[in-house]
Amino acid sequence: MIALIDVNNFYVSCQRVFEPKLEGKPMVVLSNNDGCVISRSAEAKALGVKMGAPWHQLREFAKETGLIAYSSNYALYADMSNRVMRVLGMFSPHQEVYSVDECFLGLNGIGGDHTELGQTLKQTVMQWTGLPVCVGIAPTKTLAKLANHIAKKRTGFAGVCEWAKFSPAQQLQIMREIEVGEIWGVGRKISQRLNQQGIYTAADLAHANSEQIRARYSVVLQRTVEELNGHPCIQIEEMQPDKQQILCSRSFGQPIYTEQQLAEAISTYIARAAEKLRMQKSVAASLSIFIRTNPFRPKDPQYSRHVMLPLSQPSDDTLKLTQVALWMLARIYQPGFSYAKAGVMLSDLQPNTAIQGHLFLQTADPIKRAELNATMDEINRRWGRGSIHLASAGANHAWKMKQNSLSPFWTTRWTDIPIAK
Amino acid sequence: MSSFLLGPFPADPNSTVYYLPWIGESVPAGFPSPAADWVEDRVDLNQHLISHPDATFYFTVSGDSMVSHLSERTIPNGATLVVDRAIQAKHNDIVVAAIDGDFTVKRLFQRGKHLALVAENPDYPPIVLGDEQELAVWGVVIAWIVRPK
Repeated sequence: MIALIDVNNFYVSCQRVFEPKLEGKPMVVLSNNDGCVISRSAEAKALGVKMGAPWHQLREFAKETGLIAYSSNYALYADMSNRVMRVLGMFSPHQEVYSVDECFLGLNGIGGDHTELGQTLKQTVMQWTGLPVCVGIAPTKTLAKLANHIAKKRTGFAGVCEWAKFSPAQQLQIMREIEVGEIWGVGRKISQRLNQQGIYTAADLAHANSEQIRARYSVVLQRTVEELNGHPCIQIEEMQPDKQQILCSRSFGQPIYTEQQLAEAISTYIARAAEKLRMQKSVAASLSIFIRTNPFRPKDPQYSRHVMLPLSQPSDDTLKLTQVALWMLARIYQPGFSYAKAGVMLSDLQPNTAIQGHLFLQTADPIKRAELNATMDEINRRWGRGSIHLASAGANHAWKMKQNSLSPFWTTRWTDIPIAK
Repeated sequence: MSSFLLGPFPADPNSTVYYLPWIGESVPAGFPSPAADWVEDRVDLNQHLISHPDATFYFTVSGDSMVSHLSERTIPNGATLVVDRAIQAKHNDIVVAAIDGDFTVKRLFQRGKHLALVAENPDYPPIVLGDEQELAVWGVVIAWIVRPK
């Protein structure tokens, strides 16, 4: 048996833990640069605010309706996510953290009534962290997702839905009411193709010929069909595989024009990406950077370049990677454009142990370099991101994200902890 | 910014990592360190105070409602509260509560149906919850930290 637990309106709920006065108010959290809506409270959903709606189109509406918007506070969400995952991890030795706000728990060998266990999970997370969750329990991951969907969307479940509690006739009825596109692993494109074939609902897909589905679509969709019929095909992955590539890119808070400013942004992103690289003990064998103007302003002259360079020696060294990236930037930068976004990507990752043997062939002292990088990571971890950085990352950062309604870092900075009177 | 390198690092109170005292494992002379068998974890305030790290949060006290010359449980303005949400609040616990959307730190009074939040400072009247008001105990104060000025 498998449980899928996820936090309701995760970002909005995190904000409310530390600002109880927001309870019951329509509110949203915005993406980077305060661009568009990425999390909505139930009240905001009731007002008809759509996921992904651009905030600048909602400003007037917000004034009329009292809709409150927050900039995304990822430091807070990351900390709250870790807390939730660790609390959930107390209930089962088999845990797969699937995303920032959802995880699978394997319940095999855990006795008792699973609906009651689900209620205990839900209440414990609420008590320990203040965050509301819903729980779906079923024999397969795909059905656990579906049960979770039911717990969230339909009343009368008190946040916990166990698939096995339905009779076969009820299960069929529910599957008939759920569109095929709502099923885990069925994307929009596939659901369009399925529709053309007369498969509209979860029930239609569950009853489709599994072999034909594999022949026409993929073995992945065949597994979905099997899982809808209660045959587990997708295991719980307890260890998250290391990332195969690391991307760091952002839209700028305001358009920028000079190579100097682009270099600052690129340096900052390299530093972040290299830090992640070192955290997973990998080295990168190739490096890409891109810069582009804003395609949503078609009247502006447009320019976009993306270059990739294989590295002769795989590296995790911020200094070396920055040097290479800035050399690449100099080759693609064109003056006269208003740049809106830049990014870097580290790829062809391999374990850093693979290159240990070559270390002494390098010219720069690799041991000292490794120590320098480790020291930078340590300082930035203790004193906050960006406390120490290369001079090429600049100091004034005109290109930084717009975050006009950023809340305090309530759980990760002493200066920001909440006040009780 | 490199001056940070020279300053001492403060212990990280948010950290749940326990730092082991480092005693060199390889001794150049090949002579085993007599201390190596006696390594123990360094005393750690986190371990000492906190039972549920994932349910523990910090608050700063503002105001003098918990200052009292009569009570042992006097909490001055500016103190840091250590708040555990995993503990069920009971009568006489000091709690952080949300009243009408604001956080307050008070002593919880609970006798049968009677519920009140009591300030230690006698100048403040007890907050008795009306029917309209909503009291949500946010967490139980398990310690407070006061630093001499």
